Amino acid sequence: MTSTIDMHCRPATGTPADAYTLGPLQSGPSCCDPEPLIRVENLSLSYDNKPALAGVTLDIYRGCITALIGPSGCGKTSFLSSLNRLTDLIPGCEVEGRILINRQDARAPDLDVQTLRRQVGMIFQKPNPFPLSIRRNLEMPLREHGVRNRSELCDRLERTLTDVGLWDEVKDRLDTPALALSGGQQQRLCLARALALEPSVLLMDEPCSALDPLSSAVVEDLIQRLRGRYTVVIVTHNLAQARRIANYAGFFWVRERAGTLIEFGRCQQIFEEPAHDLTAAYVSGARG
Amino acid sequence: MAKYGLFSMTITSNLDRFMTLAIWSAALLVAAAFLWLLGDVLWHGAAHLSWSFLTEAPENAGRSGGIGPILVSTLMILAVAVAAAVPLGLATAVWLTEFIRPGSSFGRLVGLSLDVLAGVPSIVLGLFGNAFFCVYLGLGFSILAGGLTLACMVLPIFIRTAEAGLRAVPADWRNGAAALGLSRGAALIHILLPAAAPALAAALMLGIGRAMAETAALIYTSGYVDRMPSSLSDSGRALAVHIYDLSMNVAGGDPNAYASALVLITLLIIINSTALWLAENLLQRRIVTA
Ligand SMILES: Nc1ncnc2c1ncn2[C@@H]1O[C@H](COP(=O)(O)OP(=O)(O)OP(=O)(O)O)[C@@H](O)[C@H]1O
Ligand SMILES: [Mg+2]
Repeated sequence: MTSTIDMHCRPATGTPADAYTLGPLQSGPSCCDPEPLIRVENLSLSYDNKPALAGVTLDIYRGCITALIGPSGCGKTSFLSSLNRLTDLIPGCEVEGRILINRQDARAPDLDVQTLRRQVGMIFQKPNPFPLSIRRNLEMPLREHGVRNRSELCDRLERTLTDVGLWDEVKDRLDTPALALSGGQQQRLCLARALALEPSVLLMDEPCSALDPLSSAVVEDLIQRLRGRYTVVIVTHNLAQARRIANYAGFFWVRERAGTLIEFGRCQQIFEEPAHDLTAAYVSGARG
Repeated sequence: MAKYGLFSMTITSNLDRFMTLAIWSAALLVAAAFLWLLGDVLWHGAAHLSWSFLTEAPENAGRSGGIGPILVSTLMILAVAVAAAVPLGLATAVWLTEFIRPGSSFGRLVGLSLDVLAGVPSIVLGLFGNAFFCVYLGLGFSILAGGLTLACMVLPIFIRTAEAGLRAVPADWRNGAAALGLSRGAALIHILLPAAAPALAAALMLGIGRAMAETAALIYTSGYVDRMPSSLSDSGRALAVHIYDLSMNVAGGDPNAYASALVLITLLIIINSTALWLAENLLQRRIVTA
């Protein structure tokens, strides 16, 4: 018997038609009611018995954008991968601690990992569209998750591509290879691919770092629009970007060879009045 | 200083010239050897080639008549070998790349035994095939026994080549598929296997090439009866065995041996281009367009 995590937490406002079209651009780190969707308690992670993360405890709030910052190698990617259990795929990777997603244990051995990953989507640093056509990139995962109805598939295809602002650019060449798109378009396609599965959480691992400033701005705008509808956790090395888009921020640092969470709080507080010297030095650009 | 520089430059360019010459002559030599071989077979074989040669039964120990039954036996043996080796080989390659921990000792043991198996001389495999398939399993001298022995022979190279192809598929796609909640099977069918299709086709062609050219392993297993086979349990003579027999055991068999060799080469070219075409159109097309 496998259990699944029920995360129907999207506000059920509006008609079904506009329920999927992302709302207007919200600006500035305003905040939503701080209700934790993901609770991480004392998470530790090691690769081949070498610790990479130690004792991370934090809450990720529903509908908010949480930015994770910190120097290279401090375990940000490892942290993200433990949330959707991508760490299961890495031989020698051990995770300890508790991860509750919507009050359910995401680390339970009997949890249906495929459903978990459908609900907790992930965008990688390097755009990774499949070597398929644009259409099949979106439709194949949907079909595998049981969406077989043709008109439903077409609907979601158009809706998600419109959401990521790609529809007008690709609607005449849906059957051409996705790998022929530019890097920025590929990353937006990956975002559309994740959105098509209607996740409630999106994990983004430096989604803009492989893109030029213009494409990066486009993707950043998109992430802003996800606020409220999705719970976003974004890793970024771009502090200005974190400051622009995030509601909450967490600062990681390597201590005794393992990544630890030094400070977590409202974005404004982390950047303007950090409680910790390391954080202050890092956000002011003095260290890291 | 300048003089020294100039001096060393002339040395390099002389060395360069020599290297260029050596590399070109090596390439030419290889090409010439291949063309000479092909020309020789064409020259001696083409004269005897005709439609009736392809369809008629051999007469007078193969000195006259055609190779009809031999062609049929060859294709049947090949079909058995491919039907046995491809599913088994593909499953093993997938297991080696996708289902075991990299560097696991059992995986390494399997890899090692494959490499040893790949180096076993075909005559030894023929003896094994005879003892195991013909005698122990009671298949006798038959096309089935011959095909299965060939399957054992081509499995190692097929698996190793397919494995390399699968390993070359970028990890980004594996992670991307997993992050979308796709099952391992779905990732394999929709992404990994199609992306590795050219390598899989190459693996198939290497295997078929070895199987078609095989003589030693077949003499003991499928035998050399040159009648038209009526079923898989009949003995059948493969083309390579026929060529060997005509040129070694039959006085005056050379002209037909050459003609048969020409047929063998043509058959190889046809099968290889079909495999390439299939890989591009069935598996790859889904990747690029559909
Ligand atoms: N698959 C792996 N096997 C072994 N060690 C790993 C693996 N992945 C990461 N590590 C180690 O774990 C530590 C944390 O890595 P991680 O990739 O999580 O850092 P990061 O904060 O994402 O860094 P970056 O900002 O460079 O992406 C590093 O010391 C790294 O060497
Ligand atoms: Mg990282």
